[in-house]
Amino acid sequence: MAGVTLNGLYKRYGSTSVLEGIDLDVEDGEYIVLVGPSGCGKSTLLRCIAGLEEITAGTLEIGGRRVNDLSPRARNVAMVFQSYALYPHMTVRRNMGFALEVARRPKAEIREAVEDVAAMLDLVPLLDRLPGQLSGGQRQRVAMGRAIVRRPDVFLFDEPLSNLDASLRHHMRVELKHLHRRLQTTVFHVTHDQVEALTLADRIVVLHQGVVQQVGTPRELFDRPANTFVGTFIGSPSMALLPAVGAGGTVRIDGLEGELELPGEGAMTLGLRPTDIEVGRGPLRGQIEVIESLGAEALLHLDLGPDRKLVAQVPEPCQAQPGEVVSLLPRVVHRFHAETGERLP
Amino acid sequence: MARSPSTLRVVLTHLALVVITLLALYPVLWVVRMALSPSQQFSSDPTLLSGRLTLQNFVDVIWTFDGGYWLFGAQLFNSLVVATATAGVGLVLATSAGYALSRWAFPGRDAGMSAFLVTQMFPGVVMAIPLYILLDTLGLLDSLLGLALVYATTAVPFSVWTLKGYFDTIPVALEEAALLDGASRWTTFTKVILPLARPALAVTGLFSFMTAWNEYILAATLLGDPRAYTLPVVLQSYVDDYGASWGHFAAGAILVSIPVVALFFALQRYFVEGLTSGAVKG
Repeated sequence: MAGVTLNGLYKRYGSTSVLEGIDLDVEDGEYIVLVGPSGCGKSTLLRCIAGLEEITAGTLEIGGRRVNDLSPRARNVAMVFQSYALYPHMTVRRNMGFALEVARRPKAEIREAVEDVAAMLDLVPLLDRLPGQLSGGQRQRVAMGRAIVRRPDVFLFDEPLSNLDASLRHHMRVELKHLHRRLQTTVFHVTHDQVEALTLADRIVVLHQGVVQQVGTPRELFDRPANTFVGTFIGSPSMALLPAVGAGGTVRIDGLEGELELPGEGAMTLGLRPTDIEVGRGPLRGQIEVIESLGAEALLHLDLGPDRKLVAQVPEPCQAQPGEVVSLLPRVVHRFHAETGERLP
Repeated sequence: MARSPSTLRVVLTHLALVVITLLALYPVLWVVRMALSPSQQFSSDPTLLSGRLTLQNFVDVIWTFDGGYWLFGAQLFNSLVVATATAGVGLVLATSAGYALSRWAFPGRDAGMSAFLVTQMFPGVVMAIPLYILLDTLGLLDSLLGLALVYATTAVPFSVWTLKGYFDTIPVALEEAALLDGASRWTTFTKVILPLARPALAVTGLFSFMTAWNEYILAATLLGDPRAYTLPVVLQSYVDDYGASWGHFAAGAILVSIPVVALFFALQRYFVEGLTSGAVKG
């Protein structure tokens, strides 16, 4: 087990820059989730840590040791690939024991290590099957098992749950959490699924265009997003962004009636989460366009005026009807700089 | 549920299949009939039921001696050595070359691939005279090594293209997984990539073997000594300017095809595709 430190890490392909000076200090045993939209550099960062991509500049330390120039095998990291990358011609048993086989460990030791991990992951009945004879979920567990058998210093998970259906994904999410609690090994987990990020991470790293936007606990990111990008990226449905102007302790959203009691002077952007909007009272008014029922709660899609849309989450049963005009009270309002999009103090 | 086909349709389908099978079998039966016939005359009668049948032609072909030297044995050995060496050289050079061309970008890669293709555009006979002069200079005329080298010049480019194409279909993630599992490049290649490439290795190996096994023109040009002949050259000698022993020719043709058929059967389990299924999601 080991902590990981990234210092001014850059990755460029010719003139294309993918990672722009990543600084990150990860403690031993932490579960770090890297999130961001497609092409933000999260998978590249993972591959740089694995040693599958060369680092252009900066340093990468694992367990206090600089590993920039070490081969993947010398870094003692294990990776679970999005495609699982199981060796199709080897049985589950050999897939899981391959790293130990390559390290020329005694056969008895390999068998014991594989069977221990197989028991942990309910894979014992599948040990003599080939990957082609397994379901998606089973393959995923074998890929996990292959990583665990090696007892690496760091686990690297590259979208490990993205090929599973929704219910299996939920099940595996819980299993991953259990596993991490049990193994206490540092994890880097790449995903574009924010539910995965919020439920699994000790800390989330939000990446956008190769730049770290914010590092923090799921709560911090949700409650205090550092900028409009993080604000809209974390939380589903997304935070609504509305341009506004503040003067003398009140803020008015451009083009709308009603004032909100908020500090700040001049132009700014307000961020409103669906969960933070109370329907039935308040200074804002909006017309219900669509109601989406999610079972326990409903989402009201509201039209506040030209180009001013908002989503409010209310508990079911919801009595409102489409077309109805309702009053709205934002309980929490995030304020961002109108131009830079950075959070205002 | 699909409706079961009508009786008429079944009968017509089977009738068509019988006709096609007969068409396919006719030339084979014809050769078998000629091989088993006591006469050396050309005959187009494919039935095995009429006339006397004998194995004499096979005996004559196999027990050919040249002053106490078992000629057929030597010629069979020559064919086996040349074909195996061609397939072997082709596979060894082409697996490493095909893998490198599939996985790494380097200057001259595309030009090299095209150059390989260009060499395939010329029939062997065009190169017969230059090759003759070349082998003569090297002292490799009438030698199995010389012939195997000549065959390898066509087998290697063909094998490189085929194997490169197959390596392209093996996910790179498998190699990355092996590298992270602590395997060296060599271990990754031998334990992960090569076992997965078995179908392609079997097909390219068989093709190279068959090309060398069946080749006549270059063998006839480059080999002068009957003891150095390969079997196609021997076969042709049964039907030459001085007379045609069709019975011997047919018996020889059957004998020559046996190893290829045997090899085909031995390798056919590798021809099934889909060995990489289960590697990645699906």
